[in-house]
Amino acid sequence: MALLLEQLLNGVQLGVTLFLLAAGLTLVFGIMGVINLAHGSLYMIGAFAAAWVAAQTGSVLLALLGGLAAAAVVGMAIEFVVLRRLYARDHLDQVLATFGLILFFNQGMVILFGRQPLFVALPEFLSGAVEVLPGVPYPVYRLLIIACGLLVALGLWLLIQRTRIGMLVRAGATHREMVRALGVDIRLLYTLVFGLGALLAGFAGIMAGPVYSVNVGMGEQILILTFVVVVIGGVGSIRGAMYGALLVGIVDTLLRAYVPGLLRGVMDASQADMLGAGLASMGVYLLMALVLLLKPRGLFPAHA
Amino acid sequence: MRERIVLAALLAAAVALPWIAEALGTPATVGVATRIAIYAIAAASLNLILGYGGLVSFGHAAYFGLGGYTVGILWEHFRLNEPFLGIIPGTAELLVTFPAAILVGGLAAAAIGALSLRTSGVQFIMITLAFAQMVYFLFVSLAVYGGDDGLMIRRPNAFLGLNLRDPATMYWLSLAVLVFWLWLMGRVVRSRFGRVLEGVRQSERRMAAIGISTYPYKLAAFAIAGAACAAAGALWANYARFVSPDMMHWTKSGELMIMVILGGLGTLLGPVLGAAALVGLEYTLSGITEHWQFVLGPILVAIVLFARKGLMSLFGRWGPGNG
Repeated sequence: MALLLEQLLNGVQLGVTLFLLAAGLTLVFGIMGVINLAHGSLYMIGAFAAAWVAAQTGSVLLALLGGLAAAAVVGMAIEFVVLRRLYARDHLDQVLATFGLILFFNQGMVILFGRQPLFVALPEFLSGAVEVLPGVPYPVYRLLIIACGLLVALGLWLLIQRTRIGMLVRAGATHREMVRALGVDIRLLYTLVFGLGALLAGFAGIMAGPVYSVNVGMGEQILILTFVVVVIGGVGSIRGAMYGALLVGIVDTLLRAYVPGLLRGVMDASQADMLGAGLASMGVYLLMALVLLLKPRGLFPAHA
Repeated sequence: MRERIVLAALLAAAVALPWIAEALGTPATVGVATRIAIYAIAAASLNLILGYGGLVSFGHAAYFGLGGYTVGILWEHFRLNEPFLGIIPGTAELLVTFPAAILVGGLAAAAIGALSLRTSGVQFIMITLAFAQMVYFLFVSLAVYGGDDGLMIRRPNAFLGLNLRDPATMYWLSLAVLVFWLWLMGRVVRSRFGRVLEGVRQSERRMAAIGISTYPYKLAAFAIAGAACAAAGALWANYARFVSPDMMHWTKSGELMIMVILGGLGTLLGPVLGAAALVGLEYTLSGITEHWQFVLGPILVAIVLFARKGLMSLFGRWGPGNG
């Protein structure tokens, strides 16, 4: 029972991390119609920048600001220099160009920081554990990630449902052409949305740094999982991204935690662990394929 | 007529390459050329569905890996002298493993295609990616076949008494398969089947309106493409004498797409040119700097932004629309 609760919390923690990435990706995908493979690079850049600033200054606040600024600035630059020219192109061109960006950023990080993963130490006050239930300790930092993720989700919800910008974003996700026809400066809106997505991706990277290691391939690992979330939730839907992220996070974590154990009953331990890990990784993709076949527009389509 | 002469000259130069390389004292070129030939087969197979049929498959590397693993697994069982699944004996004969790889690739593509082709557009991109990821993680998890670390193939397959360990022989074999596949593609594209595929790319609705059920055509093309890509994988397994899940990583699917787009979508020789450009760039740049990807990335971006129809468009009337 304690293990299940712990794994559920781990799942939620992965889920909110995925949500931060998926929120930006789904907006960019839904509003601008761009498949941005370089979204994972922004996550990586945020993580590296924060780790570097933390190592230089030792300040949590500066690390946070540095990571956010780096991700947002790089994100806006990508939009301004490359993606802006690709909105009217087909998905193939977008995939090719953003794939090129991945190579560029990955190698750039190797040049700046080397191939060794960076490990980020947590400050004193975040490194302990609290008992979430009697007898079930859980790391404070992971709880903080969950709280931050949920706060951001709430903030995004308010931004999108209650403000004028949000109204334009929703309108853009439904009827891009109509919004343009009504005289909205769509280019500015695009840059803002892209910057917001980059900021969130960077934030996810900053928070993931101390949990996982900060390394060059980290963006691609999580990018594909983020696409799974976006597709399951429904392209362009923030609400879908939230539910999709939690679903994928929890399913993935629980499968990883329990499948090897179940397999150990029928085969020897090392083989069971390997097969279990692989089968658990397949789980979310199976889920995605099923959703695409049964509900091609996702579980929570944007224009329902 | 002039085109035929140019093509014949190109082919002659390609055949003579190992001797030229030897004369110039650059034997490593043969290996690079082999890689180009193998990737060209894989890219050309993707071109059948992507370029001619307009089906954006983002999981094509899965068949590359399946073809490679067919050779690898049959070798492993041959080495251990115990049958695969208790019934299929292992073998190291290329005349068996190569058709087996094609069969495995074709069947896998038929199964995946049958489900994926119910969707279209972005959903199709994502579902083909999903299936490829499943195949990838399946092989990561198979400890018997090395899991993440992959499988070493100590000796390349036996083939009519030829020594595939010899770089030139391996190159000629790959080149022969490539030429055969391109010839076949040329026939397929000009056939009724190819015309329907072209029609699917232009407008599925129009095809439906003139009374053609497009699904069987798309599925057949998808299966053929998978089979041909698996053939490339089988060659790769013999060339590298090593297979690993990396062969079907999603970035490999991305690379195959890049080769097709780089060369020119829906042109016969485009994927060859694309494969040559990408492998060649990689080889040249990695000779200059360890950080070659830092240069290659922006080059790719620039090509997308400025050379919209791929490298084949530089060759006038052979370019897109005329090829």
